[in-house]
Amino acid sequence: MELLQMSVRAMSEKIKSKALGVTETVSALQKKIAEKEPGLGAFLTINDAHLKMRMDEVQKGIRSGRYAGPLAGVPIAIKDNICTKGLRTTCGSKMLENFVPAYDATVVQRLHDAGMIILGKTNMDEFAMGSTTETSAFRLTKNPWNMSRVPGGSSGGSCAAVAAGEVPLALGSDTGGSVRQPAAFCGVVGLKPTYGRVSRYGLVAYASSMDQIGPVGRTVADCRALYECIAGWDEKDATTVKYDVTKTLGHEPNAEERIEKLKGMRFAVPKEYLGEGTQEEVREAVNGAVKLLERNGAVVEEISLPLADYAVAAYYIIACAEASSNLSRFDGVKYGYRTDEAEKLHDLYVKSRSEGFGEEVKRRILLGSFALSEGYYDAYYLKALKVRRLIREAFDRVFANYDCILTPTAPTTAPKFGTALKDPLLMYLQDADTVAVNLAGLPALSVPCGVDTEGLPIGLQFIGNAFCEDMLFTAAEGYEELRGKFPTAWEQVGSGKAGER
Amino acid sequence: MEQSSKQYDTVIGLEVHIELSTETKIFCGCATRFGAMPNTQTCPVCTGMPGSLPVLNKKVVEYAIALGLATNCRINQRTLFDRKNYFYPDNPQNYQISQLYETVCRDGSLEITLDAEEETERESEIPEKTSKTGQNAGKKTTKTVRIHEMHMEEDAGKLIHDESVGISLVDYNRSGVPLIEIVSEPDMENAEEVIAYLEKLRMLCLYLGISDCKLQEGSMRVDVNLSVKEAGSKTLGTRTEMKNLNSFKAITRAIGAERERQIALIESGHEVEQETRRWDDAAGVSYSMRSKEDSKDYRYFPEPDVPPVLISEEWISEIKNRQPEFKEEKAARFVAEYGIPAYDAEILTQSKHLAALFEETAKLSGQPKKTANWFMGELLRLLKEAGKEPEELIFSPKHAADLIVAVEAGKINQANAKEVFAKVVEENVEPVSYMEQHGLMNLSDEGALQAAVDEVLVENPAIVEEYRSGKDKVFGFLVGQVMKKTKGKADPGKVNELLKASLTKM
Repeated sequence: MELLQMSVRAMSEKIKSKALGVTETVSALQKKIAEKEPGLGAFLTINDAHLKMRMDEVQKGIRSGRYAGPLAGVPIAIKDNICTKGLRTTCGSKMLENFVPAYDATVVQRLHDAGMIILGKTNMDEFAMGSTTETSAFRLTKNPWNMSRVPGGSSGGSCAAVAAGEVPLALGSDTGGSVRQPAAFCGVVGLKPTYGRVSRYGLVAYASSMDQIGPVGRTVADCRALYECIAGWDEKDATTVKYDVTKTLGHEPNAEERIEKLKGMRFAVPKEYLGEGTQEEVREAVNGAVKLLERNGAVVEEISLPLADYAVAAYYIIACAEASSNLSRFDGVKYGYRTDEAEKLHDLYVKSRSEGFGEEVKRRILLGSFALSEGYYDAYYLKALKVRRLIREAFDRVFANYDCILTPTAPTTAPKFGTALKDPLLMYLQDADTVAVNLAGLPALSVPCGVDTEGLPIGLQFIGNAFCEDMLFTAAEGYEELRGKFPTAWEQVGSGKAGER
Repeated sequence: MEQSSKQYDTVIGLEVHIELSTETKIFCGCATRFGAMPNTQTCPVCTGMPGSLPVLNKKVVEYAIALGLATNCRINQRTLFDRKNYFYPDNPQNYQISQLYETVCRDGSLEITLDAEEETERESEIPEKTSKTGQNAGKKTTKTVRIHEMHMEEDAGKLIHDESVGISLVDYNRSGVPLIEIVSEPDMENAEEVIAYLEKLRMLCLYLGISDCKLQEGSMRVDVNLSVKEAGSKTLGTRTEMKNLNSFKAITRAIGAERERQIALIESGHEVEQETRRWDDAAGVSYSMRSKEDSKDYRYFPEPDVPPVLISEEWISEIKNRQPEFKEEKAARFVAEYGIPAYDAEILTQSKHLAALFEETAKLSGQPKKTANWFMGELLRLLKEAGKEPEELIFSPKHAADLIVAVEAGKINQANAKEVFAKVVEENVEPVSYMEQHGLMNLSDEGALQAAVDEVLVENPAIVEEYRSGKDKVFGFLVGQVMKKTKGKADPGKVNELLKASLTKM
């Protein structure tokens, strides 16, 4: 699989220099998808209808110089909650089973402008509510490393597709860890950008104050290239900011330079993230990574970040409250699922929503509606907002002294199917390592840092200060060089341990 | 009408929605034009498509600040939007973006003007006269009505029910049209005060150019909160909210009826229920829409998609500096500067456009009082006949002024001038060339006029004889004959003069 041994920048260079054809590239991946999908289930929709036209367009655009950027000609998969004009966008829900958007999300527009090619839409937990992709109304997605394991979620389809080598890049969305956690479970790299860094226009909202679209790739550099393509202010999303996005231009640092940049960089390791509830192998892998950084000149110190304990509760109250409102537009009136048997308007609402939404979505709508109700608002929603502010302040204090925080991305490796949804509360608690970042609006990146005894990948989370993605990438690239090449799922499955330097 | 000797005070507060006349909607770039084909002024944002996001139209904030300043409000330097959640098909997202906690304006007031006599009458619950532009303009009092707060929000779409096929359709053209809601304190006591408050508010909006404030078209919507209490009591009674009030007349009637209804309830030993009622103007009664028990829980929370709006002192003073001269100041200035009667000034400033036309015409003609007469008489009569609003006037003040100058110079007689004036007003014709083309100019040639006079005297020897024998009354007949001969183009003054001279000479 030579195509997937090279970086996405290298792939684009080859395509631009005509060493590799657009059709050739796409066909190779299509073959891979056809081969893997029946067992894997990463995709919900394959972009058949528009693909041929798009390939011609990209080929012409590259020839004419219209597409000259670092990702021109590179294929990509998109999570199914990001609107693609003319291409079904289901959010993994029966509610939107046949919904075809009339417009492109801003990020999709930017991929088009960069000359990228959308191969299809990936599976996800229904409306991004879940951590295993099991709440999808349509299918299960398997973990490419072990078919009895979940890929994580909610961007499970995107991460599985990249991990299985079906696509070099994918877009996910992260509201409470939905890019980072499946990236960790699938052994790939995923970024949750700073809130306001990437336009949410066209991302079907789950929790508006925390949702961010994030890139998924096999390496930090790939992830960075995609991030640079989609990031930046958008007039259609008032919550995006006008800060400049640092672009990687020309010379890419070599291995030595990458490692060199770690010298003197200050890392904080909050002890709360490695305590009870964290799988022993996860703790070991993270500690191993921390030591590796320390040995190579980084300053690493243990700190305390106690508010993390409250993050899960605050997160679920705020996220569900916003979701209860965001999802109220799905009512059977304008688009989406409509019940066959409704006499009156109220009936239409109740039946369409009862039949169209799955259990987890209904649970969160109910939780959120309750938290916003008269008489409970102060005790739940306002209290959660206060916790959110305290968490933000706690992070501010850490970033006054450190460049980066290191934690596990998830307390465990990928669980087996059918275990998480049995106890929703337990499932929510598994988000403890990721949700605080969303509450504080910070950027965070998950990089593979090892595998457990069953060969399942473990993720190391780098948390940075707001709008410091550049620093995060630099730190993660340095670590990646020290760690050495991480195996791919297709090389690894059945063969044992991941390599360590 | 009252059942007992007890006297009651009425306590009224108003919630007024003003539809803003911005070019585009509050959260997207769609046009706000009234009367377009259904769903032609829509986009993913104002139809609530999944993934779409609102982006605030800065103009809406500017308009709100301008109205806030005009009503002595405190402008919030950091104003926030909130979501109001409720399911209804005219509301594509099933929530409305509004403001609850940190609204754009707070703590304002409006000074309203009332007829003095009405004010002193204790039991004037349904004033006969709601117009305060009467001839007794001198006898007025003023009252201050406090404004609680003012906020920005989006309008909903329009539901169209087709009974014949039993379906309902939604037109989202109005969805996202910007509104300002102005909430008063319960400071009003009767319909006259309510109408005065609404007129004042309407006038401010019209002068600011932020809304056309038409009740019938829904660009001004009024909800009346009303309660009654025993006269002099400090405790407020239970209030009701009255909706569906589509004219000032309906408001006046509804206030009277609701006061009577509440008093009747109290006097018969019942309690007034806190509820929302709908006024049926044709029937002259109201119906309960929903009681407090089934009042909705809107589950308000801060709107996450619209960042806080920061309003700087600079922005406020920039808007302050652009504020127009409002009606009262303008009317006072017209009296002082142009020496027109206060009554005329009051009428002429009812419309900012009319006032501007008047002022320009007065300046150009150099005849402010004559201009005022033309405007007060002919112009308003023409408008009334055509059923038009002053805003629809399109004539150029230069044309009106040219005509007035011509009249004053004796170049055209009054009757013909009225005809030309109508043409100026309706078609904006250039009056001088129009007069020439249609031969409406007075005969300025004295020789020709003298010839006509001479002819008339020759043709009517009997009448001339009568006149000379002392019958002065026949003089008018002779004037008429000359006018007839000159097809009305002669200046009647000049005809008089020449006739008298000729008769004396005879």
